[in-house]
Amino acid sequence: MSDSHPSLDFPAYRATRLRVPGRALVRLPYRLTEVRGPLLGEGWVVEGDEDLTVQHVGVPLGERIVVGGRVVEADGRPVPGALVEVWQANAAGRYRHDGDRHRAPLDPNFSGAGRCVTDSEGRWRFVTVRPGAYPWRNHANAWRPAHIHFSVLGRAFVQRLITQMYFPGDPLFAFDPILGSVPEGARERLVSRLDMDLTMPEWALGYRWDIVLGGRAATPLEDEEDDR
Amino acid sequence: MTLPVTPSQTIGPFFGVGLCWPDGPEVVAEGTKGAVLLTGRVTDGAGEPVPDALVETWQADPAGRFAHPEGPRGSSTSGFGGLGRCATDAAGCWAVRTVKPGPLPAPEGGVEAPHLEVSVFARGLLGRLVTRVYFPDEAEANAADPLLASITDPAVRARLVAVAEGDGLRFDIHLQGERETPFFAI
Repeated sequence: MSDSHPSLDFPAYRATRLRVPGRALVRLPYRLTEVRGPLLGEGWVVEGDEDLTVQHVGVPLGERIVVGGRVVEADGRPVPGALVEVWQANAAGRYRHDGDRHRAPLDPNFSGAGRCVTDSEGRWRFVTVRPGAYPWRNHANAWRPAHIHFSVLGRAFVQRLITQMYFPGDPLFAFDPILGSVPEGARERLVSRLDMDLTMPEWALGYRWDIVLGGRAATPLEDEEDDR
Repeated sequence: MTLPVTPSQTIGPFFGVGLCWPDGPEVVAEGTKGAVLLTGRVTDGAGEPVPDALVETWQADPAGRFAHPEGPRGSSTSGFGGLGRCATDAAGCWAVRTVKPGPLPAPEGGVEAPHLEVSVFARGLLGRLVTRVYFPDEAEANAADPLLASITDPAVRARLVAVAEGDGLRFDIHLQGERETPFFAI
């Protein structure tokens, strides 16, 4: 895991300084609560949740895109029934959130939130608009590269993941301490790639991004061994 | 085959756009037998409230079963999901309404005392923090719990046990500093 996840203690990202624990984390052995996870499913989403461009009367401004991929475990097994939630800024780089002070316009036709549940092959897919880059106050002239926030509830508590997906070739990568907090060799795992199979002709470019969850979920065999 | 794991990133300050469910804090409905309100405050290393954290809880049901499809131990009785989710407010406070889970057999032998697993996400946290909540009226079970037993400092161990407050329970989360909550790597 250490070759993938960022170090929590990363002072270049200023907000870490008062929030990162000072004590070393203690390894939590996998027992029952760790290898189980919430059972979600189709009831958690309604039609339209996976298309962020149809949630209002009008159509949001910006470049329409398709984003899709699979959720799998590290051994390659697909994770079906995983709840994938996304949130993002609009095409102008502004979130529909009271705390966002960026002087860019809100879009009355874009909320910026979506969710879907993976199918039997672990596949998920959203239609949205490409989010804009935006400034933040981490350091002088700081800008976030365009990104979509992802939350994934996998098969086990240990697989819970919140992360961000980026777009290929963004020149802001080199200046971003949040992406930069990830070990250099692992950063590309957060960058989607243009995928002509996901691209819809005459409609929207497609970007593909697969999500690999660490940690091991329970297998039926272990369940049996654990039984009272 | 081992695929490289997708790295985590911070939840950032604007997760309220997408992650807050109206019934997220209600693991069980008000009036459920044994329902208890578990509240707490998240504070930073300066003792200031953290108003932009997301707290998630995960647990077994009162019979020690999970809402999980696999295995002969069976799934939880219908309706119990076991997952709670609450964003902190301006004062850093969060609350979930839940029930005390049952004890669980530990794979290495022995019994785990009733507990909730807790994930904390926030701006400034590049990954989640994981801790556990134990129950103050389970002194005997807590004394036999393998995880609690592995923590040698009794003052640190005590920080994993909620405090009875009125009709409910309180579990404050100190991200950093002298009273820092014990956090776990998983």
